[in-house]
Amino acid sequence: MSLEKKDVQRAALLARIEITETEANETFEQLGKVFDLIEQMKIINTDDIAPMAHAQDISTRLRDDVVTEKDRHEEFQEVAPATERGLYLVPKVIE
Amino acid sequence: MEWEIVIGIETHAQLSTESKIFSGASTNFGADPNVNACEVDIALPGVLPVLNKKAVEKAIQFGIATGARVNRQSIFARKNYFYPDLPKGYQISQFENPVVEGGEIKISVDGEEKIIRLTRAHLEEDAGKSLHEDFVGMSGIDLNRAGTPLLEIVSEPDMRSAREAVEYARHLHTLVQWIGVCDGNMQEGNFRCDANVSVRKKGEKEFGTRREIKNLNSFRFLQQAIEFEAQWQIEQIEDGHKIIQATVLFDPDSGETRLMRTKEDAHDYRYFPDPDLLPLNIDEKWFTSVEQAMPELPLAKIERYVKDLGLSAIDAQSMVASKGISDFFESAISQIPESETRKISKLVANWINGDLAAALNKEQVELVDSPVTAKMIGDLAQRIADNTLSSKLAKQVFEGLWNGSGSVDEIIEKEGLKQLSDSSELETFADQVIAANPQQAEDFRGGKEKALNALVGQMMKLTKGKANPAQVNEILRKKLA
Repeated sequence: MSLEKKDVQRAALLARIEITETEANETFEQLGKVFDLIEQMKIINTDDIAPMAHAQDISTRLRDDVVTEKDRHEEFQEVAPATERGLYLVPKVIE
Repeated sequence: MEWEIVIGIETHAQLSTESKIFSGASTNFGADPNVNACEVDIALPGVLPVLNKKAVEKAIQFGIATGARVNRQSIFARKNYFYPDLPKGYQISQFENPVVEGGEIKISVDGEEKIIRLTRAHLEEDAGKSLHEDFVGMSGIDLNRAGTPLLEIVSEPDMRSAREAVEYARHLHTLVQWIGVCDGNMQEGNFRCDANVSVRKKGEKEFGTRREIKNLNSFRFLQQAIEFEAQWQIEQIEDGHKIIQATVLFDPDSGETRLMRTKEDAHDYRYFPDPDLLPLNIDEKWFTSVEQAMPELPLAKIERYVKDLGLSAIDAQSMVASKGISDFFESAISQIPESETRKISKLVANWINGDLAAALNKEQVELVDSPVTAKMIGDLAQRIADNTLSSKLAKQVFEGLWNGSGSVDEIIEKEGLKQLSDSSELETFADQVIAANPQQAEDFRGGKEKALNALVGQMMKLTKGKANPAQVNEILRKKLA
């Protein structure tokens, strides 16, 4: 699969990152190299190899179902730009 | 033209754990805003998720209960989208290798059994809540619900009518409560369904284009929404339009579905394995211990009730209509000596289905809050079985139990409701009745069977209904022979 510049712009939009035309060009060039590398890796036959979800072959840690956290919302909300009656306030969103 | 409706359902069942799926914050419903949202839930930098063991066990239980495959290794993925009630910018979910794959739910519509296949069930976290009404130009965000464990259960498109869809949802709802993985509270949003609906001409092989109705939190809405949506799609096609894949919302006030977004603006979630979480491995030892702790499932109970307790299939089925009813029934018969259980179980089932159900329904009381306890129903059945009470007197005792007048034996004692079964006493009454009604006695002797009924009636009146009618009948026949 070859990368196009509009893919870069789409990825930026999805990630909510504003990029200039120059930045888009630069990123297109850099990402293109990554894609070239991927193309190169595709040459290797991996038919009999199960995909790994993580680089290490270990299992996730589990916790017991116990409530360990206390109410600290006042502390957390000290750094929030706007709060009211315990709620975080954000610019209005309606889907 | 005959049309066929095709429905698949995705259900979000909130897993009933104390703490969240990836943090130690409480899942308690109805708390003040944000008091149950810790660093992990509000996504402060540097925090890491740690998986709740209980949430995984509940997913395993669901897999076992539906005959599904429980994957010994499953992975968590990030589902990326921006919304203020999702502070990380992604929801931790499962994409490839979900914890449960396959399985089925048996439903029955109009006495016909049908199997609805399940595609998968995966673990994920819930988002927070946005409140749009109370603030000018702003939305309020409450992250208490963020990180609450959910099991998303996805069915195959196997349903062909709104009624089948509702039956499926009801069966699923009963099952998750039965095995204790979800409390099933639909008002609190702990069990909600999305319905994928499409239509096609009968006999066609290909599915039509589907539209997804989001967030249906009652069985009635599910039915109404599907009926409206299917009719709308049929009319569109008959008018020469094409259905465009879309997500729609159901408005309970108008009974209509309306467009939320089309495929063009569908989210591009860019799923990828979450590097913060290692693969979830379920070894045989863990799996077996969860399997052994599973409660007896409804079908196994029905079989046991029929085989060991002598209930009819219909009675057995009604005693497993919910976990609550089954618990009540088993508790009622738990104190009965084994030699009598077959005889008394049937009586207990009849009383639960009959007078108790009627009283609960009339007074709008839930079974858990019933003033007549399981033990009381068991005692009552025993007093009927040992002939202390006639069924008529038992009804009087039941009324006393409902009104809180005491235990079964206390009410029998207090109200003098004991059935008269002393035969010498009954014979004295019989002599009196025959003496007072010579004409009827003569008619019966002359072969008029019906005349006996009048005499039995007189006896019952004389004993204030406390005599056993069958016994009275027998004594009178003997006297008049």
